[in-house]
Amino acid sequence: MRENIHRFFRAARGAGVHVSPAESIDAMRAVAQVGFSDRTILRDTLLLTLAKSQDEKLALGDCFDLFFSQPEPRQEQPEGADEDPSQDTDQAPSSAAAGDAGGGSPQEELGPLAQMLLSQDRNATAAAIASAAGAASLSDIRYSTQRGIFSSRILDAMGLQRLRDDLDQLTATNPALAERLRAALDALREAVRDTVSQGLALYAREEAENLRNDILRNAPLARIERRQVAEMRALIHQIARRLRERYSKPRKRQRRGHLDVRRTLRRNAAWGGVPFLTAWKRKHRDRPKIVALCDVSGSVAQVSDFFLLLIHSLHEVVDDVRSFAFSSHLIEVSDILEAKSPEEAMAEIMSKVGFGSSDYGSSLVDFEKDFMSALTPQTTVIVLGDARSNNLDPRADILRRISERSKRLVWLNPEGRLAWGFGDSEMPRYATFCSVVRQCATAQQLERAVSDIVATYQ
Amino acid sequence: MAEQKPSTAIEAVESGLAAQGYIASRQIATAVYLSQQIEKPILVEGPAGVGKTELAKAIAAWRGMKMIRLQCYEGLDEAKALYEWKYAKQLLYTQILKDKLGEVLGGAQTLHAALDQLHDFGDVFFSKEFVEPRPLLQALEQPGGCVLLIDEIDKSDAEFESLLLEILSDFQVTIPELGTVSAITPPTVILTSNSERDLGDALKRRCLHLHIGFPEQRLEERIVESRVPGISQTLRRQMVGFIHEIRSLDLKKLPSVSETIDWARVLVLLQASELDTEIVKDTLNVLLKYEADIEAAQPQITTFIAKAARSNVFG
Repeated sequence: MRENIHRFFRAARGAGVHVSPAESIDAMRAVAQVGFSDRTILRDTLLLTLAKSQDEKLALGDCFDLFFSQPEPRQEQPEGADEDPSQDTDQAPSSAAAGDAGGGSPQEELGPLAQMLLSQDRNATAAAIASAAGAASLSDIRYSTQRGIFSSRILDAMGLQRLRDDLDQLTATNPALAERLRAALDALREAVRDTVSQGLALYAREEAENLRNDILRNAPLARIERRQVAEMRALIHQIARRLRERYSKPRKRQRRGHLDVRRTLRRNAAWGGVPFLTAWKRKHRDRPKIVALCDVSGSVAQVSDFFLLLIHSLHEVVDDVRSFAFSSHLIEVSDILEAKSPEEAMAEIMSKVGFGSSDYGSSLVDFEKDFMSALTPQTTVIVLGDARSNNLDPRADILRRISERSKRLVWLNPEGRLAWGFGDSEMPRYATFCSVVRQCATAQQLERAVSDIVATYQ
Repeated sequence: MAEQKPSTAIEAVESGLAAQGYIASRQIATAVYLSQQIEKPILVEGPAGVGKTELAKAIAAWRGMKMIRLQCYEGLDEAKALYEWKYAKQLLYTQILKDKLGEVLGGAQTLHAALDQLHDFGDVFFSKEFVEPRPLLQALEQPGGCVLLIDEIDKSDAEFESLLLEILSDFQVTIPELGTVSAITPPTVILTSNSERDLGDALKRRCLHLHIGFPEQRLEERIVESRVPGISQTLRRQMVGFIHEIRSLDLKKLPSVSETIDWARVLVLLQASELDTEIVKDTLNVLLKYEADIEAAQPQITTFIAKAARSNVFG
């Protein structure tokens, strides 16, 4: 059973629950206290010691249920009551003779697997499958394409080769018994296949998810398929969590060795200015203030959607976000994004300004007219767009003023570098006023871009 | 170990807490039992008002131990949580003992000798006498053990979490001037959190993680029964059913167990025998704490009452 619990820890890691060695020790200690007799108590115990959040509890609960529901080896062959004793008598001499390996009747030379299958002992079969699965290191299974190879490995470990020989012999000598054995073998194959599927569900989930996420991270956001949008949203949430964890650490760093004279005097006023308590200078780091201008015209809308989702899930890291969306004119969308779910918010934004042909010039005019006061020397302005202004006046002078008023101006362009400046792209003209211009077409690039922006405040 | 032992022990925890008026689910009882057995703190998470703090109180009352409570807030530091030197007392004593010190040091011939003698006395002023123990140190110093409740840990700063790590894993604290103070009897530690921010992994790793959600209908009925004995069975069922319907709405703040109990008390005071639209409308502000929530719930009241009554008939 101890072995099983260790395998369960591996399965738990597969389910996305982080089980550190220390936690597994704790869990083992707890399990030693409660014992294995009561499954619900065991479940509660493992949930209490291993899972560290509500999501992990759910995942681990499912994992537990799956793990401890061993697929029963199916034995569909109807077994007559009168046949049982006869079979037992068959078996007894054969197993005794198996050790001798003498030249008895062919029946007595059956291998251990054949004997086990014929004896119809469910528990023994299940145990044999489990130990063979261990020998074939089923817990290393990673991809669904490996199912076949693991099945055959398990069957080999159980002694399939010997069974085949037995079958060949029996077909000649005892066709009825051979028929029974063949049926039992089919049932066994099925049981092994179930075991492997279960193993795949338990151990391979993490790997499969990593692979899928990897593909998703590098897929161009603008051309993402509808069915992947939900997955992408989940991925963006993950990214947001990672950024939060990285950047929500304390933002005050003491500068040891630099005495803060004013604060020291004030603090020691009670002692007549004799400096009992010293105060040291601190470097105060601001939280990022972000103003985001997002193009929501047809070509860029999808990217803007994910970008806004990411920026607005960074509450702990970012003090203040104001978002604006534009295509032919510009509106503020911060309140819509705060109040509604991502899908509804995006639908509303699209109905207000979306799908127009983009006009960067007049959108920048809108911004300068109404929202210039939102910019402070601590603000980072992020513009997300392809800078394709349909040959209208780009008004790069406004962008210059924005750049002068703010800490940094970052332009994220979903188009590849090669396309900048061709056709109606005004990117080179805008780029002169930007602190950074970078391509931002995939989730990974998006994460790097936002991470860099936040890191400049650290 | 006997086969039945853990499950009976867990039942004993359940009934022990029930005797203190705290109806625990099986999970809660298992957590309490385990924390006792493997000496680990319990981190309790869940929405406000589901009885996280009550759990600590009930454990303390059940075991007959003292409960020491540390309420966390932003800016809480070790001077307020762990210990502090009694500066004023130290100053006062040096003043009073001035003459005495002079006498003692008078015998010294050289400055060096005086300094050596002073070193021997220096520790006098940094001894236990001058330490003001705050909740965490108090908890370690209780001879009979105690229940230490660290309430709303998510409100404190991230630095404070790190301060707790030593106490939570080894039940000891290190005071630079005095050395390490270990617990006489390891206290039972309960931490509560409303998940306002994510706690650090280091802290979570040291605890059993218990999530208390809204209770099931049966359990909640039993809680109401134990807390508000005067309420009739039909009314109890109806009101708990009604609250479960309310929780299915998308509200700013869902009514939790404490609101259920308050509402039950109000209904008893008003001598209601069963729920009707009139009385629910009048007392809805006990359950819902936001004007917007009350407005959202208003139109549903009649259907909810009907539903609650129906489940009453079949349940």
